[in-house]
Amino acid sequence: MFWKRDLTLQARETLDAYIGLLPFLLGFVIFTAGPLIYSFYLSFTRYDILSAPRWSGFENYARMASGDETLWQSLRVTVIYTMVAVPVQVIVGYAMALLLNLKVKGLSFWRTAFYMPAVVPAMAVAYVFSWMLQSDVGLLNQSLRAIGLPGPKWFGDPNWVLAAFILMSAWAVGGTLLLYLSALQGVPTELYDASKVDGANAWRRFLNVTLPMTSPVIFFVFLTGMIGTFQVFTVAFVTTNGGPGEASLFYLLYLYRTGWEYLQMGYAAAMAWLLFVILLVITLLSLRISRTTVFYEGAQE
Amino acid sequence: MSDSGSAQAGGALAQPPPEMGGAWIRRQELGQRLLGRTFLYLALAVLTIVLVAPLVWMVSASFKPEGFVFEYPPRLIAEQIQWWNYVDAWNQFPFWRSLLNTMTIVIGVEAGRLLSASLTAYVFARLRFPGRNALFLLVLSTMMIPYHVVLIPQYLLFRNLGWLDSFRPLIVPHFFGGGAFFIFLLRQFFMTIPRDYDDAARIDGAGTFAILWRIILPMSKPALATVAIFTFMAEWNDFLAPLIYLNSQEKYTLAIAIRQWQQVAVWGAGAYVPPTWNAIMAMATVLTIPPVVLFFFTQRYFIQGVVISGIKG
Repeated sequence: MFWKRDLTLQARETLDAYIGLLPFLLGFVIFTAGPLIYSFYLSFTRYDILSAPRWSGFENYARMASGDETLWQSLRVTVIYTMVAVPVQVIVGYAMALLLNLKVKGLSFWRTAFYMPAVVPAMAVAYVFSWMLQSDVGLLNQSLRAIGLPGPKWFGDPNWVLAAFILMSAWAVGGTLLLYLSALQGVPTELYDASKVDGANAWRRFLNVTLPMTSPVIFFVFLTGMIGTFQVFTVAFVTTNGGPGEASLFYLLYLYRTGWEYLQMGYAAAMAWLLFVILLVITLLSLRISRTTVFYEGAQE
Repeated sequence: MSDSGSAQAGGALAQPPPEMGGAWIRRQELGQRLLGRTFLYLALAVLTIVLVAPLVWMVSASFKPEGFVFEYPPRLIAEQIQWWNYVDAWNQFPFWRSLLNTMTIVIGVEAGRLLSASLTAYVFARLRFPGRNALFLLVLSTMMIPYHVVLIPQYLLFRNLGWLDSFRPLIVPHFFGGGAFFIFLLRQFFMTIPRDYDDAARIDGAGTFAILWRIILPMSKPALATVAIFTFMAEWNDFLAPLIYLNSQEKYTLAIAIRQWQQVAVWGAGAYVPPTWNAIMAMATVLTIPPVVLFFFTQRYFIQGVVISGIKG
């Protein structure tokens, strides 16, 4: 372009950069920042989509804090699920990776088998498990009966329904495997050699070398796991749709209902903001804790 | 140190002749090692069976006659193989139409994301300009914002544009940046390409964006493949967004259409009946096959995704 010729080299580079960033910047304003601000505004309104939003002050937040038992139920469900499913993901996934890191033969075969459930679509997982966990005729309960154990009603029992969801998430625990394996393989062998020279046994070597050296990835799995479990939707929507009663009413399920079934967009926006704040607090808190518990190689000053 | 320790322990237990001590210990260690290995492979095998079993039963049930789906003890292959469970199922709803819809969305998102994320990544990887660090931080910070917080306003925006019940809300946003994670991943990869290539092209008269198109992108096929595969997985599995944006049956994606079909009773055998479990398992199998097959053949790109993004700390 001829008009570019008059610019200095640096000015031209800057111009190119901003031309190149234009799609991202537009997208950021239109699809992220704008909506973020607008949903904040909406959270202070009553809005049924059909008529214009009406300002209602703190009504939505007041309703959250006191009046809405269902919201608290959905938070309870989500938190209980998170508190069991995430540690399972973190610990079982790590244990699997440790096993595979023992110089096993046929690594790629085992890795494929362990990881595979993680690529199965949530819908298929939901169908397969609601079939296998049928209370009377399901494969699992029939097997339990065969060895003389009474099988719970799983999706049909308010006390067991979350266990069924945790089972589903545990099945896909291999999704953390690649991250863990790459971290384990990244631990320098000199450290193991040095620690062997010092007379450390396998357990000590694990505690003093493996664990600290891989702690950033454990932390990453923990954090992304938390963020993920707070946003469970598809499996719950397909299997129980929140039931029995409200025993598996995950937070997003309730948000979806509020917005798209009850047409309370203002309240749903407030719920979305609460979710955002919860995730932000979890993230910041974990980052803070990680400063003292996670070892970052090369980060010491 | 540890050698002498175990020698003492061994001596106390079995008291081998002193001159045989070394060999005996070695044999003992070998035995322990063998035992450990046996347990290791046993554990791996059991884990594999537990993890793969649900998928095997899914496929197995999808070929069974209806009455045998809950048979116990279960048989892997029923006496009669009913491959037509599949045909029966997809004759009950617009299966091919919805498969086509899913593929249309996947292709649209792939195009948008590959173009837009690589453009953005290229700017951050190669160009120097005021505000670069702050803007890159902005990109990364968008990773922190859960999609569901912006879901409602985005829905209202697309509603005002008259885009509901079309694929546009599902495709168009991906042309604007392509997602922070993918920008980051591509930027990391682009930075590993030596600048000498850029310089050579520049001497030949190539402009900034010609370098991206002619030099960087052709050299980044592995990273682009990684982005494309992750995108396929995400779009194939997407549920909430299509559920919200698509209302008419001929627009449904495969996942939504299957969900709809499974919920609503269909006309069969002279009455309205819900789909049977063997048919549902057939459709679950259909949903599962593309991502699993893709994963089988492209594992190295998954591993690469982990390595390039360098999520180690």
